[in-house]
Amino acid sequence: MSAVEIIGIVSIIMAGLTIALGSIGPALAQGRAITQALAAMAQQPDEAATIARTLFVGLAMIESLAIYCLVVAMILIYANPFWNYVIAKAGG
Amino acid sequence: MEISLDSLVLWRWGPVLLNATILYTWLVMALLVLVSWLVTRKLSTGARISKWQNLLEVLVAGMREQIRQISQEEPGPYLPFIGTLFIFISVANLLAVVPGYHPPTDSLSTTAALALCVLVAVPVYGIAQQGLGGYLRHYLRPTVLMLPFHILSEMTRTLALAVRLFGNVMSGAMIGAILLAVAPLFFPLIMQLLELLIGQVQAFIFAVLATVYIASATQAHAERKEAASPGAGAPNRVGDQPKED
Repeated sequence: MSAVEIIGIVSIIMAGLTIALGSIGPALAQGRAITQALAAMAQQPDEAATIARTLFVGLAMIESLAIYCLVVAMILIYANPFWNYVIAKAGG
Repeated sequence: MEISLDSLVLWRWGPVLLNATILYTWLVMALLVLVSWLVTRKLSTGARISKWQNLLEVLVAGMREQIRQISQEEPGPYLPFIGTLFIFISVANLLAVVPGYHPPTDSLSTTAALALCVLVAVPVYGIAQQGLGGYLRHYLRPTVLMLPFHILSEMTRTLALAVRLFGNVMSGAMIGAILLAVAPLFFPLIMQLLELLIGQVQAFIFAVLATVYIASATQAHAERKEAASPGAGAPNRVGDQPKED
């Protein structure tokens, strides 16, 4: 196989794997965070505003892990530096 | 498909170029300045206030309250910086309902600039609050060994701020484009609504995290004082126990 084919195949497979594996951890973590926050709100409804705000911040920080994976996958597909290098080399 | 608006150059004059990101950033800035100027031009302290003044008062009061609750401090010095960040990101994301508009936060350069502002603001507020020596000493706490980790955490959280906002807004636009190709009838509309919500949540998160970072730099002083006080309260607790019996 030529370098172009190898890079293309590996990039696409890895983009899929990045999202698939990278979303498992944040999904479990977010589920657990929401469960705990709901339990805390049920026990202390007076503190619901504080708990909800902390929950949002925590969820956003967990979610940013998944977003990093998405950004890496997007870079692999749309702005792959190795792909651009090979194409430029082949063209030039 | 383009991953960012930066490559869309609208106007070029020598080394100076105007791309779509800069243009939309300027549009948002101009809109914010114009609306603020028009509203604050004729403020009234009486019982009858205009609708727009009411809106701005609700906004400012809400932000002051949030900053007070999060940082446990008076919001005065933080409001201009945090409030500007929040309103800019919020309006930049909200205007996505206007056809033809692309949020400037869709580009990593805008979000990196905002994150760098936070990176600079943290030591500025910290030094203003507790002096140069007091601020620099928190890098050495609890031991000197922690110095590289403190510096590393400042770098990574700045990167995280930038990539989080960029990733959320960019993924929304990308999902919208992909859905438009796959199921163009009704479904993209729902995702668009979800994107508006996510944009507001991300603006809130960005402001909250900036507040938390700044507060952590300015509060090292206060925490040490509080840590000393519970020791004084301990004898009282011992004294209370016989009363309960």
